[in-house]
Formats: sequence, structure tokens, C-alpha cells
Amino acid sequence: MSLLPLVAALFVTAVLFALFVASQGYPAFDALALVGKGAFGSAFAWQNTLSRAAPIMLTALCVALPARAGLLIIGGEGALALGGLAAAMVPVVLAGWSVLLVQGLMAMAGFVVGGGWIALSGWLRYKRGVNETISSLLLAYIGAAVFNFLVEGILRDPASLNKPSTAPIGDRYAIGAIPGMDVHWGLVWGFLVCIGAWWLMRHTVFGFATGVVGGNPRAAQMVGLPVGRLMLMACFLGGGAAGLAGMLEVAAVHGDANADLMAGYGYAGILVSFAARHHPLGVIAGALLVGGIGASGSLLQRHLDLPDAATLVLQGMLFVSLLAFETLNRKGVQRV
Amino acid sequence: MTDSKYNPDRRKVIRLIGGAGAAAAVQMLPFGAGLARAAEKFTVGVIYVGSRDDFGYNQSHAQAAAYIKKLPGIEVVEEERVPETIDVEKTMEAMINEDGAQMIFATSFGYFNPYVLKMAKKYPNVRFAHCGGLWSKGMPTNIGSFFGYIDECEYLSGIAAAATSKSKKLGFVAAKPIPQVLRNINAFLLGARSVDPKATVSVIFTGDWSLPVKEAEAANSLIDQGVDVLTCHVDSPKVVIETAERRGIYSCGFHVNQASLAPKGYLTGAEWEWKTPYVILVDNAESGKPMINFLRGGLKEGFVKTSAFGPAVSPATRKISMAVKAKMLQDEFIIFKGPLKDNTGKTVIASGVALSQQNPVLESMNYLVDGVIGQI
Repeated sequence: MSLLPLVAALFVTAVLFALFVASQGYPAFDALALVGKGAFGSAFAWQNTLSRAAPIMLTALCVALPARAGLLIIGGEGALALGGLAAAMVPVVLAGWSVLLVQGLMAMAGFVVGGGWIALSGWLRYKRGVNETISSLLLAYIGAAVFNFLVEGILRDPASLNKPSTAPIGDRYAIGAIPGMDVHWGLVWGFLVCIGAWWLMRHTVFGFATGVVGGNPRAAQMVGLPVGRLMLMACFLGGGAAGLAGMLEVAAVHGDANADLMAGYGYAGILVSFAARHHPLGVIAGALLVGGIGASGSLLQRHLDLPDAATLVLQGMLFVSLLAFETLNRKGVQRV
Repeated sequence: MTDSKYNPDRRKVIRLIGGAGAAAAVQMLPFGAGLARAAEKFTVGVIYVGSRDDFGYNQSHAQAAAYIKKLPGIEVVEEERVPETIDVEKTMEAMINEDGAQMIFATSFGYFNPYVLKMAKKYPNVRFAHCGGLWSKGMPTNIGSFFGYIDECEYLSGIAAAATSKSKKLGFVAAKPIPQVLRNINAFLLGARSVDPKATVSVIFTGDWSLPVKEAEAANSLIDQGVDVLTCHVDSPKVVIETAERRGIYSCGFHVNQASLAPKGYLTGAEWEWKTPYVILVDNAESGKPMINFLRGGLKEGFVKTSAFGPAVSPATRKISMAVKAKMLQDEFIIFKGPLKDNTGKTVIASGVALSQQNPVLESMNYLVDGVIGQI
């Protein structure tokens, strides 16, 4: 893949955004300079960007992995919320156990619950022929409702008066910052899981078989591949990544499970995965872009008084150009 | 607020010497306070969870920010739609590192724990003012939590609502059954019952702070049940007030004045007056006094205010409401006093007990009083 479309997309985005900003009566060049500065212009800006990117890498995998099996899953938000909730319960139940064990079990709980939630959509698709895109989206709403029901009900910490939350996991089990940086360990997890996903899809029999299912499920069935199992597994792994993102949010950021977990990372992941053409390593770059736009949007607001919507415009322009230029890179029509 | 408070004190001058170099300071000092003040801006960062023009909670804070922006020597940097995630932590840090903010107003309740607590520990020289949080001993002392007793205005709204209503059925669209919200619903009912003992308040919880579609559904469903005055406690009352006006019933506002959305049916409303605590806290910071860790106030202190009466409120009703308001301004009025039962029949405040506004028991309210139709 040549880098030309990427460079062209970035250039066109910059021109379009500058025109848009100028048309609204704001200084266009200052705005562009601030975008660069806010996202990648200093050590602080980089850490800001990386912190914002960390959870999105994982939620993007919730789209990218099932996509390999030909399924379009957009309900990562539900998996993130429920995975985070499950993880938040572990230290409450196992208070006093060793830190590594509890954190490991938290990660596992997040992964299994998130994975199971998305696997439901895969199962509905394979067994009942229910469109997985719709079912995963609806399950995300159900997941949010279940989450709120539990957090505001039986799992609520009575001390959380005006912000219903589960009991705090406590400093002991919290995940801290990477030494020398102001970014939590979730970033490393994000990198590792993305690389692991790439290796799994690229260099293993499972990855190859899943790709065949995605290319043509009927042909896959003809050659004797366990289509249903592969679909379920791809969904489970994708959902697991989103659940892990929820666990990391709980352990490294929130310190408990509350409605703020559902901040839209699951939906941002859809955008990133599509921009990365569902490539697990491309997801890392895509997440950095979204994180960078978030960081620079903050600076645009503070220095130019641009409304927050300007950030959304920039993000929209960037992803539309990425996808538009991407088609120029392809020969003929291809399925994702 | 007096002028002298804005004069630079010794601390500031020392800081100035450190920053601008001895030569500059020597040049400036003889010119007196004015010049030194202009040379050093006090930068305040304000963070909102929603849009600054939401006709609601965030707008009420943006109004206060706009006010302090005009004060001499104050620079304000703002950021809206900052979620209660690592984003707000990074925004606070960016304001401190990139803009040199010396004071941060974190206006959403959810910013407090863990973000403000964490940042206050990390930046002990920056002051953090948080709206709604409960600062308690042991927390960093550079944090101040401020809030207003807006239930006083809700009580007055309840008076206007029940006196104007024909069906005596009032409606309340609420976000979540948390203490702050329950206190408002209960105060609204108690105000209503003070003029009509048969008045009821039907409440619908939408489940979250900003769900415009559900808020419209809730408003319509309440109106279909015969409710003829609506009010709400959600982040942006716009949808509820507009729905009430379109369906031809009355409404009471919340957060800011929504009279422009309902010129016919708007009765009155409970509004924040955040510029009062903002000025107190900024003033205090500028003069180098210790942070006020716990700051609360009601009508009397000027933390809240009522919207001007709409055309539908009769002169007689205005008189009743104004008489109660006068008592509140004198600190002679108690909203929550026994005997008071909740709507399941349980006594929640025993006979003879009167809870004044400052009583912390009220900040953990977990019931709907008798007369409110709905459940937590």
C-alpha cells in the first residue's frame, strides 16, 4: 500500500478545514497550527493524545476482528460498559487478594463478559440469520440499560450520592502511569493487543480460516471450515478487546464503574476501524489520529474560542477524505 | 467586593519579580498597583460538560464565566463538551501547562471524583473550584466545592404552579433519582401544597442528564395525564419548556431563564446565579487568601434567583410568592420540617424537627414526599 492516498487525504483535510474555519470568521492558519501543536507539538501534547487514544485502539478491534469474518459489528459500547462493570466487581469480591492476581482476573472478567456480549450477535447471525449490525447496536442499548439498572440498583455503593457508582476498586488495585510518562498502562495493553490481533489474523491458521469465512462463507463451508465457530470466535475476541478497554477505564481512570464509562469510545472505534480498513496495526494509527484531534480540539477551543463542534467537523472531514482517497488506492471493487 | 481586593499583595509582587526580572520590577513598582496588575493576568479555566448555549446548566455557568471575564486582570479560557473521562483530566492539565491557568472551575458534578481530586494533588499551587461536590476533611485544601440551594426557588415555583394550575396536577421531568434532584422535586411539591393541599406532582425519571427525545416523551405523557404545569431537572430544559408551550400548558424553568422559549405559559423559574460564588472565589484567590473549601448559598446569599413572573401569574399569586421569598431572604423560612411523610407513608422528618438549608442531612435525601406521584 502506498502512502500517497494518506498524504493526499491529510492535505485535503487541512485545506478543507482551513476554508471552513475561515468561512466562519476565525483565523485559518492559526487554527491549523494549533491542530498540529495541540496533538503532536510537545511532550505534553503527545501524552495528551496517547491517553485519549488508548481505549479507542481496543474498541476499534471490536469492529476490526469480526470484520475479518465478514461481520459488521457496531455495538462495542455495550461490551465496553459491561466488561468494565464485571471488572469493577472483581476487587470488591476478592478484596485483600494479591494485586497482580486481582488485576489479571479483572482483565479476564472484562474480556469474557465483553466477548460474550458481542458473541451473542455472532450467534444470532449464524443460528437465526439476524443481521449482526442491527443486533449488536440494539444490544449496545440493552447493555447500557442493564449497566444503569445494576449500577443504580443492587451494585450501587450507598456512599455515591449524586453520581451512582459501584464501590471503588481502591488505590491498591488501580492501574497507574507508565514510569516517566503521564499515560497509564492501558496504552501498552492497547499496543500489545493490536499487535497480537495482527499476528493472530496474519500468521495463524485461525486467522487465515477466519479470512476465508469473511471472503465467502459458503465456500468456507464447502471446504469444511467450522464457519459458525469461527464467526463466534472472531466476535468473542473483538468484544473481549472492547471489554478489556472497559476494564482499563475502570482500573486506570474511573476507579469504579459508573455511567461515565459510556463516553462514546465504542462508537469512535467504528470510525477508526473503517479508516484503518479493519487492519489491526492501522487501528493504532487511526486511534492516534482521533486522540490527536481530541487533544487539539481542546486547544482550538481555549485559544480561538471555536465551538466544540469544530472538532467534529475536522474529524468528519478527515475520515471522509481518508475513505475517499482509499478507494483510489484499490484496483476494482473489493469486499472488506 | 471592594477595589482594594484587586490590588496586588506582597506575594504577587514577589512572583512578579521572579518572573519578569528585577529590572522590570523596579521599573514597575513606582507606578503603583494599576500597572503591576495589568502586567500579570490571573488566568481562570472554565470547563463545561455540555454546550455553553444549552439553555440550561452549562449556559448558567457560561454566563458567570462571561461575567468574570470582564473583571480587570482576569483572563478566562473555556472548553465545552468535555466528558467526565480522562479527557477532563487532560483538559485541566492543558489549561495549567499550556495556558498558565492558576484557577480551574470544573463545573460538572462528575468531574470531582477522581479527576479534580487527582489534579489538585498533582498541582498544589493551582486552585480548583468544583460545582456540586462535597469537599470533606482530608481532601486537598486547594479544592473548593460550591453549590446553591436552588430548592428555595423550586419552592417558589411550586407556589406559582399550584396557584395557576386548574387541574392541580403538576408534572416534573427529572434525570436521575439522586439527592440534588429529589430535593428539588420535594421542594416544588411542598411549595405547591402550601397554596393548595390537594396539589400533586407527577414525576418521570428519564435516566440521564441529556436525553431530549425521552424528555419530550415524558413531557407529552404527563400532559396527556392531565398535568397543566410542567417543570424539570435535566441539563437542558429546552425540550420540556417548548413542549409545554406547544401543548398550551404552563411551565416553570430551571437553570437559566427560559421565558423566551415559552412567552405565554412561562410562570417563573429557578435560576442559578453562579457569578456570586465565582467572584467570591476568584477574588479570594487573587488576594492570596486560603481557598474556601466549602461554599454554599441560597437566595439570601445571591447564589440563586427566580425568573421574573410570566403574564399568566395573577397579582394575588405574585403576592403570596413574594411574601415567602421575603422570609427566605431574611433566613426565616424552613422548607423541610416535620412532620413530613414520604409517598410510601413512612415518616422521614419527625414532628418538631426543622432542617435548615445548611443541614448536611438534606444533601443525602433519598425519598419523595407525600403528594409526589412516582417512585425512585
